[in-house]
Amino acid sequence: MSLARAIETGDAALLPSRRDEDWRWTDLRGLIRAVPAASPAAPAPAASGPFAALGGEELRLVNGRGPDRLTLAAGERRLVALRFVAAPDAGAHVSRIAIDLGEGADLTLLESYEGEGADYLADAELTVTLAPGARLERIVLAADAEGGVGVSRADIRLSAGASLAQTVLTTGARRQRLETWVRHPGHGATVRLDGVYRLAGRRHADITTVVTHEGTDGTTDQLVKGVADDQARGVFQGRIVVSPGADRTEARMGHHALILSDRAEIDGKPELEIYADDVACAHGNTVGALDDEALFYAAQRGIPEPEARAMLTAAFLGEVLDRIVHEGARDIARDWLAETLGAPRP
Amino acid sequence: MLSIKNLSVSIDDKAILSGLSLDVPTGEVHAIMGPNGAGKSTLSYTLAGKPGYQVTGGSATLDGVNLLDLDPSQRAARGVFLSFQYPLEIPGVPALTFLRTALNAQHKARGEAEVSAPDFLRLVRGKAAALRMDFDMLKRALNVGFSGGEKKRMEILQMSVLSPRLAILDETDSGLDIDALRIVSDGVNALRAPDRSMLVITHYQRLLDYIRPDRVHVLSAGRIVASGGPDLALELEREGYDKYSKVAA
Repeated sequence: MSLARAIETGDAALLPSRRDEDWRWTDLRGLIRAVPAASPAAPAPAASGPFAALGGEELRLVNGRGPDRLTLAAGERRLVALRFVAAPDAGAHVSRIAIDLGEGADLTLLESYEGEGADYLADAELTVTLAPGARLERIVLAADAEGGVGVSRADIRLSAGASLAQTVLTTGARRQRLETWVRHPGHGATVRLDGVYRLAGRRHADITTVVTHEGTDGTTDQLVKGVADDQARGVFQGRIVVSPGADRTEARMGHHALILSDRAEIDGKPELEIYADDVACAHGNTVGALDDEALFYAAQRGIPEPEARAMLTAAFLGEVLDRIVHEGARDIARDWLAETLGAPRP
Repeated sequence: MLSIKNLSVSIDDKAILSGLSLDVPTGEVHAIMGPNGAGKSTLSYTLAGKPGYQVTGGSATLDGVNLLDLDPSQRAARGVFLSFQYPLEIPGVPALTFLRTALNAQHKARGEAEVSAPDFLRLVRGKAAALRMDFDMLKRALNVGFSGGEKKRMEILQMSVLSPRLAILDETDSGLDIDALRIVSDGVNALRAPDRSMLVITHYQRLLDYIRPDRVHVLSAGRIVASGGPDLALELEREGYDKYSKVAA
């Protein structure tokens, strides 16, 4: 039941399916009859990536090929654009990269999924370790093609005093899943796991996160917001496990979504598994529609309904983007949101 | 000029307005008074085009254009402004952004040029100062966490920036203490203009001490049952609405 194994063996029977509880809302087996041919080697993309304006170095994995390691020495500080590209001729491929941050290192990772092909099947696997006191801000912009199927899984292991701040932005794909697995040691380490999905047409996005608190005094803060229009489907699965002995853990999880059409669907599954004492954990999960009274109020001031809807939706989702620490990345995220909504920039 | 003829409106098939007729000439301020349930808010929402208010007969024209044929944002662009009794809170949208979006949407609908950011800020700064509003408040999300008085002042500020042909003030005095009432009333009085009509809807006479109307109309059971000069408001304050309820019944 692994996507990578299915791609590497060409055996569609190995694809995750609705029979796997964790995959029941993002069924790949039922969608894909045959695994596409392996992606050929492809030249570097002609277009620049979504974060190009911020400079820094760039790592590219095109059709699964590219560097397999990024290492920051102790105390090193870097800004890196990491681009996973499915080229126009992409079939099926797996991309793998290991990222290691030395003690006190500081990485701003600008990660993008760029689907140039039409009907590819792409899997990305990231293995990330943070030494004590290291800091990672990871901003993921998933711009998959409408016909693409993309899955990304990041396994992130923190040491004491390390911090992870993550924001995932996506417009979905034919089917798409963005997974983050975090091993949280407590002891002053902090984790923020945010996300925004904005889905239209028949697009599908699944944001799945699992945080396992393994030591005392750890904090996790999560805010995911999404909007599904037309026949789109948004999935949020958030699990926070507080292991035995991980006392004084503080965890907050929020998932809030708007459904803008009768045929759109949102599936949310927040889970807290608590095996320790003296913890403060909370979760909130809401799904609703735009406020008709607010739409009328805006219309009364002269703002036509489509524009008012875009403005209110941008405001709803914008709360998440305000939490991005890197200023340039925050601006790019706001532009991305305004562009996907056709809304005026605040 | 606002001209309402024989207007009938239902909500969920229950008749609220029944053949209401009223003219407000350009440049005049008219007050509508009436007991609770008379249809005062229904009149203001119907003129603004709120969904759910079914017009079953009659017309309402502004400068000869039938408002009832237009959607709410088109009415606004034609010059209809409704100051809400309970202004909405709009989380995440700074007041300045909201107001600039509204102003430019109206300009666009009328085929006028967009107002540039510096011109807009200059315009709003001047208007806010006149209403004794802290400009920084306009950078906050619209009406979120504002007091009742601040919300009403924000309504008058919006009205002042959007410069409507017809201003409808729905129970603008509700929730205001005397100081706030005076500031809001001063703001409204400053907006009296020869090219603007105003309809002041209120339950109490108190507001009319500050905003002197040219005409006063009594609304009861869905239509205008009496009209007169400003003294009519004083008479209502003294004698109540009882005799008009009987007329209507």
